[in-house]
Amino acid sequence: MQLRSLSIFAAVAALGISLTGCKPKDAGSAIASDAAEKVYVAPGKHDEFYNFLSGGFNGQMSVYGIPSGRMLKIIPVFSVFPENGWGYSEETKPMLNTSHGFIPWDDLHHISLSQTKGEHDGRWAFGNANNTPRVARISLSTFRTEEILELPNSGGNHSSPFITENTEYVVASTRFSVPPDNQGDVPISTFKKNFKGYISFISVEPKTGRLSIKFQLKMPGISFDLARAGKGKSHGWFFFSCYNTEQASTLLEVNASQKDKDFILAVNWKKAEEYLKQGKGKIVPAKYAHNVYDESTHSANSTIINEVMTLDPKECPDLVYFMPCPKSPHGCDVDPTGEFIVGSGKLAAVIPVFSFDKILKAIASKSYDGNFDGIPVLKYESVLYGEVQKPGLGPLHTEFDGRGNAITSFFVSSELVKWNIKDLKVLDRVPTYYSPGHLSIPGGPTSKPHGKYVIAYNKITKDRYLPTGPELAQSAQLYDISGDKMKLLLDFPTVGEPHYAEAIPAALIEKNSKKIFKIEDNHHKYAAKGEKEAKVVREGNKVHVYMTAIRSHFTPDNIEGIRLGDEVYFHLTNLEQDWDVPHGFAVKGSNNAEILIMPGETQTLKWVPDRVGIVPIYCTDFCSALHQEMQGYVRVSPAGSTVPLTFSTGKVNPPDPADKVVKK
Amino acid sequence: MKKTVTLVLLALSVGWYGCSSDGAKQRAEEAPTDPAAAVSQEEIHGTEVKEVVLSSPLDGAMVKQGKGIYDVKCGSCHRLDETKLVGPGWKGVTSRRKPEWIMNMILNVDMMLGKDAEAQKLLELCLVRMPNQNLSEAEARSMVEFMRSNDGEK
Repeated sequence: MQLRSLSIFAAVAALGISLTGCKPKDAGSAIASDAAEKVYVAPGKHDEFYNFLSGGFNGQMSVYGIPSGRMLKIIPVFSVFPENGWGYSEETKPMLNTSHGFIPWDDLHHISLSQTKGEHDGRWAFGNANNTPRVARISLSTFRTEEILELPNSGGNHSSPFITENTEYVVASTRFSVPPDNQGDVPISTFKKNFKGYISFISVEPKTGRLSIKFQLKMPGISFDLARAGKGKSHGWFFFSCYNTEQASTLLEVNASQKDKDFILAVNWKKAEEYLKQGKGKIVPAKYAHNVYDESTHSANSTIINEVMTLDPKECPDLVYFMPCPKSPHGCDVDPTGEFIVGSGKLAAVIPVFSFDKILKAIASKSYDGNFDGIPVLKYESVLYGEVQKPGLGPLHTEFDGRGNAITSFFVSSELVKWNIKDLKVLDRVPTYYSPGHLSIPGGPTSKPHGKYVIAYNKITKDRYLPTGPELAQSAQLYDISGDKMKLLLDFPTVGEPHYAEAIPAALIEKNSKKIFKIEDNHHKYAAKGEKEAKVVREGNKVHVYMTAIRSHFTPDNIEGIRLGDEVYFHLTNLEQDWDVPHGFAVKGSNNAEILIMPGETQTLKWVPDRVGIVPIYCTDFCSALHQEMQGYVRVSPAGSTVPLTFSTGKVNPPDPADKVVKK
Repeated sequence: MKKTVTLVLLALSVGWYGCSSDGAKQRAEEAPTDPAAAVSQEEIHGTEVKEVVLSSPLDGAMVKQGKGIYDVKCGSCHRLDETKLVGPGWKGVTSRRKPEWIMNMILNVDMMLGKDAEAQKLLELCLVRMPNQNLSEAEARSMVEFMRSNDGEK
């Protein structure tokens, strides 16, 4: 086995050399002759698809237009974003609260776009935090993170946030099995006994999208990698790829690659709901944060929850089944009909395709191959539809074109391979530049893929763009898949490290895109709806500035009577009601970020002055021809000063008597 | 394993040429973006106001509504006397401007700044475009009533 691993490493090494030493001669010209025309979106025209990319280690989500590859937006999710104040404003800080306190960063790997009847509905995007396990829901109307739910009893929330076909559930399963949170002080060597791999089923309230953990499945301590829900005929089931069935806790690179086959786990979640109704669930103590952003108060609230519902498969027969899958499966993808489940063993030489019908038959006839920790293992042959032979090296992920074909990404051999789901024959292959991880077809994970393009998100960039020192932008490639052959159209650089991404027709989203927040609907506690409500209020050492912004002045813009030792809260209300007129706000010496305030919104910057003097404030977002004039001053006096608290805008001071004397 | 790598490298070096050319032209014609969807949203300006019928005495409810809107959405830039702040003071505005002109400045400022000479003169003077403050036509009408009241009409 070790020999085999070695030979794969040799192959990777050989490829690595080929990338720098002898890259394919026509790598730059291996493109369709009409590629430019196909990706050209004329000035003022819009792209056909939105592409939502996970940002990986930047903790954000980014939005691109397809086919142009133009970046449209970065949506801050799990990481602070000083550019617009996400995680810095008082309103957004609670969004990054966890049971560990405020966390400014995470690693966002996967996107799921909400679905109704197996098709994209354009309402929400979900993202996962891999490091400190959380799931986020993003509104596709405001393009903002509205909700973040932490997950207890979990480590490495990688197998997430995959959804069911009516967005009933978002799943989150652990890649780094850990002991339950409240039984954690155990020797690492007791992994097999004490470590568990929890799978959380998070329910999504159909109207509001509100998230809550319906139940956690207490599984043996193995690694859950990726997942897909069943659809159509297999709706009600969920499939998870599993590795480290060796249950190693050290040098997993070798120790978790021992077995020829790991598993795909099939979960009958409708059955789980029945068990819950029968009272088979067990509520256990836990501690996790639930953070919700309210669009009418323009503020987030964080609540700590202290218990979670769990289900133990050992006490619930017919709930879960393992299916052997070669080898260290990564991708676990369900075709548009719901009949075929494709396992991509990243160390395997074939791609196994499982049949849902055969799974049901195997379960009915108890066609078992023993059990794993008490959970039945179905016979490989009984559930296998067939294997794609010699597809390439290092299969990772599969998407579907809606015409009966699958396209799989191959990391080691750096290519996309198209194959037919029915006859399992390879139809076409194209190189990627270089070594793709995930891939995305518009609608690819739904029951109705649009099948016009496929995008490869590569892990290695090397020479694709002008060099920028040791650290390079991650590279993506767009291919036309409308014909028999896949054709390379475009390279585009991305931000962070995109893992999974989803693409969706623009028509499903653009019509709902919010332009302003209505000032009448602003229920922020410190909103100043109109300059008449602008004021400065002292409460002990806390000073609340109710400030308005409109092109192009702040009210008030002269403030005196602030003292050292004060905490000053600038509550900025943007009185504009026109699209694309945000104002920004910054304070000299503030140990914080700026804030951007959208039309009709209120946001708060906290400032603790650290010295006596005059402190300028200004608008950071160019708003009008007189933007440069949008500024003001705050006077800071020593602690205990008797300078009265005053504030004004546009007040013209009487001439200084001293000036008069000089003039005479 | 070596063999496979060689095969892969061969595959890498195969390029694709020649395919049908529809692309951008077709996309431009298909116009995947529905322009109606972009302009029909309530935040965007409505249609031009052609005729406003005034009546006497003033409608008290409208005056009150107009005052409320003034405090939230207009008072930052317009004083109720003759003082020019960001925009002109409102004293006397109902004798200087027709009610249609006032309502179109509120509801259709892009159109007015595009074609109305008087509106363009004001922009040269103030240098800040009158913002779209997202008023409905009824709300804009109440502003006219409030301005008449501010100008001493009963």
